[in-house]
Amino acid sequence: MRTSGFDPVLVEILNRRLRIVSILVFLIISALIIRLWFLQIVNGPLYRAQSENNRIHLQKIPPFRGTIMDRKGELLVDNRPSFDLYIIPEDIQDRKQFLTCLKFLIDIDPEQISDKLDKTSNLYSFRSILIKKDITRDELAAIETHLFDLPGLYVQPSIQRSYLFKNLASHVIGYLGEINQNELKSGKYPDNSAGDLIGKSGVEGKWHNYLNGMAGGKQVEVNAAGRKLQDLSIKLPVPGMNIILTIDKDLQSLAEEKLRDKKGAIVALDPNNGEILAMSSSPAIDPNMFIGGIQKTEWEKMISSSDSPMQNRAISGQYPPGSLFKIAMALAGLEEGVIDPDELITCSGTYTLGNRTYQCWKEGGHGSINLQRAIMESCDIYFYKIGIRLGIDKIAHYAKMCGLGQKTGFELGNEAEGLIPTSAWKLKRFGVPWQLGETVSSSIGQSYILATPIQMARLISAVFNGGKLYQPKIVRYIGNESDDAYRFTPTLIGELGVRQENLELLKEALISVVNDPQGTGARAKIQGIKVAGKTGTAQVVALEKIKNLDSDDEILDKFQDHSWFVAIAPAENPQIALAVLIEHGGHGSSGAAPIARDLIKKYLNIDR
Amino acid sequence: MMFDRRLLQHFDWILLLILILIGAISTINLYSATFPIRDVGGSQIFLKHIYWFLIGFALLLLMTTFDYHLLERLAYLIYFFSISLLVLVLVLGEIYSGSQRWLNIWGITFQPSEFFKITLIIVLAAYFADHGEYTEYRLRDLWRPFLLIIVPFLLIIKQPDLGTALILIFISFSIILFMKVNWKSLLILIMISLLSAPFIWFNLKDYQQKRILSFLNPGSDPLGSGYHIIQSKIAVGSGLLWGKGFLKGTQTHLHFLPEQHSDFAFSVMAEEWGFVGSAFLLILYLLLILWGINIAKNSKDMFGTILAVGIVSIVFWQLIINVSMAIGLLPVVGIPLVFLSSGGSSIISTMAGMGLLMNISMRRFMFQ
Repeated sequence: MRTSGFDPVLVEILNRRLRIVSILVFLIISALIIRLWFLQIVNGPLYRAQSENNRIHLQKIPPFRGTIMDRKGELLVDNRPSFDLYIIPEDIQDRKQFLTCLKFLIDIDPEQISDKLDKTSNLYSFRSILIKKDITRDELAAIETHLFDLPGLYVQPSIQRSYLFKNLASHVIGYLGEINQNELKSGKYPDNSAGDLIGKSGVEGKWHNYLNGMAGGKQVEVNAAGRKLQDLSIKLPVPGMNIILTIDKDLQSLAEEKLRDKKGAIVALDPNNGEILAMSSSPAIDPNMFIGGIQKTEWEKMISSSDSPMQNRAISGQYPPGSLFKIAMALAGLEEGVIDPDELITCSGTYTLGNRTYQCWKEGGHGSINLQRAIMESCDIYFYKIGIRLGIDKIAHYAKMCGLGQKTGFELGNEAEGLIPTSAWKLKRFGVPWQLGETVSSSIGQSYILATPIQMARLISAVFNGGKLYQPKIVRYIGNESDDAYRFTPTLIGELGVRQENLELLKEALISVVNDPQGTGARAKIQGIKVAGKTGTAQVVALEKIKNLDSDDEILDKFQDHSWFVAIAPAENPQIALAVLIEHGGHGSSGAAPIARDLIKKYLNIDR
Repeated sequence: MMFDRRLLQHFDWILLLILILIGAISTINLYSATFPIRDVGGSQIFLKHIYWFLIGFALLLLMTTFDYHLLERLAYLIYFFSISLLVLVLVLGEIYSGSQRWLNIWGITFQPSEFFKITLIIVLAAYFADHGEYTEYRLRDLWRPFLLIIVPFLLIIKQPDLGTALILIFISFSIILFMKVNWKSLLILIMISLLSAPFIWFNLKDYQQKRILSFLNPGSDPLGSGYHIIQSKIAVGSGLLWGKGFLKGTQTHLHFLPEQHSDFAFSVMAEEWGFVGSAFLLILYLLLILWGINIAKNSKDMFGTILAVGIVSIVFWQLIINVSMAIGLLPVVGIPLVFLSSGGSSIISTMAGMGLLMNISMRRFMFQ
């Protein structure tokens, strides 16, 4: 058969091999057929019985999700038992009677259940259908007593996530939601399957795979009606690991109390290592409401609300820092040598550049003042002049060294960068060159400058801890005290890079802000403790526009200035640094400073 | 080139008939296998299966229109093109449940590793046809084919797609064994494979290790593949002689069987059509393979013979591994049964292979 160019000897060899191959293939496939014979004919009746009378179901045993605690070990997030109501359609004798009876016992819509039952094909009528999740204790009692009159009804306990203090630190803790298709496909949730709840944001989201644990399950032998006969084999679930946060619960609750009915944010951190002691953003949501699944309309309402309750203002709220920016300005001026701390600069209450006049917040001016008084009394004119001496690009250089205009590296949520403008930035962004007047308003933290509360808290920490900028962190450890999967270590992100003597000058000035009777932050003073701080008032609308409204007592709420205060205490041995921001809270001295004082007192256990 | 009339006279009707039979059985079976999941994409899977088969048959005819010797000349070009597709998968591929196997080009998603089986056969056939002077290959004569095999193997392991990588190795071994290796070299080869086993083991994903462990000890994973094997055995066994009847398989229709339209399609067949049906299907596959070997035997040159043997080996190995898995003889490795399992890339690439087989068969009497 083979013809040209084919060696007849080789042909013979090949043909012999092909014969061998054919025989091998024949034998192997025959072996498979024999095996089939054994399975289907010899042992077949056994398997037929198993498939008809006894069916093996797989039942998932969900793991116990790790709890979340505050730094002292107090539980913030736990799991609690929940009782869910199921029915088995096949076992219901008289549907109408069943539903009327059920309606008396629990708050439920019989039409809805009837619909559900209609949708279930007869093929699956032995399978249970969930009709109500998490019934109340009263409902449970009512049902338990009537269980025998209502065949087809049964109660199944399950575990439910429980946020013990509702709104408390909800932006940090996050919430759970059902895993979606994309998340399933992504491979990021190796221990989860469809229908599972996973952490969607915050600590719940970021450390989900630690918290989750591993689901167990069992092979359950059930009869044709789906009723359980026996457990065949079981794999126990592995509980998730607990997370101990750096948050101090007492401080956190006080922070939230202070923000109640206001919009704003509070961040408190340990200045020596970047541990977050409290982080609160208002308004907030209660993560418990996400557990049963949230209505689409409600979700959209929440997302689109002008109050943006989902936003964590502490890290993603961007505000003009106002006079807080003078901290960076003072450092810039001292380092660049354009400030002589003893030089007296005259503030007459106005400053004129070209044909524009800039005001100091204090009508009539501060008179002749040095750096320390300029900070203490938050003189604007002093810093306008320093700003002009520096120029915007030098200002921007130092602001960036202070950690502004960049993310702090906080682990959760969408952190905002803030904004530190430069002349090049403006040309690129707007196509017009930088104006000198913008340098003037930038000098007091207005114009384009934006900062987040967490950036400001970190800045004052750095001034008092010797210039170190730490990454803010939220988790102390994961797992057990002795056997941890993760443990907090401070991460140094950068240094202010300024001379120690200049830091000392600035520290003295910031201490006087609170402790001198003339200081703008005098309301944060605490007997016996040296608190340092700085007030800020961020203009929402240019002052002259408000003046145009011409009705001082009726300034619309949305035109009110934001109130800022950053503080640190005790100044000689700092233990807590914080930033308080109250949206439309008026002046920093009156709106935010008293809040900072009360939080410091709480944290340092001072009762006076 | 004018179309030669003799080609039509030599059209291989037997091969076509076997394929149509298997295709029909597969379609009927898949209708049942996707029935319980109709509302969650099952009817889509079924319809697509039909489309793929129709496209597959068109491709089969297309593959007969050129002289297969063209492939011998283009072998290395095809090889490098396919390799670049595999590299592209690792860069741009789409990820589903943790593995990156799919490429999406102009809206069509396909699995380049499936097509690589054909590529590998073409390039090995071209190599051995060109180096046919050895009567017995020694290890040192084989370094080049090794290189040709190992590169795609590693690329596919990286995806990871253990099943397809394994099939590539089986196909290559089949061709090399067919070309005859001397005994000592064969022993060394086996030794090397065994020694590299730990290396492969530690490169396996967790779930793959678990599958092998659970095969060795089904009690160790009662929820995962241990469960799959038990359910599949119950499905097959409960079919008895005549089966439970079309659409009446309880294992299939009550969701006891996992992956019933892909990896465990054979179990659906065995449950609903019993020993008679499943044995008949196996005999059809046997006929297909024997007929393929016959085509290899009648081929007038070395390239055609090796090509035919390689293509037949795809069908053989996937059949043996998939069916053995369904009846509890092998671990769950995720290798589809050619023609019977759903999956566009598998059907198209196998049909292309069948087209080549047809091509060789039609040109058996031709002189060059």
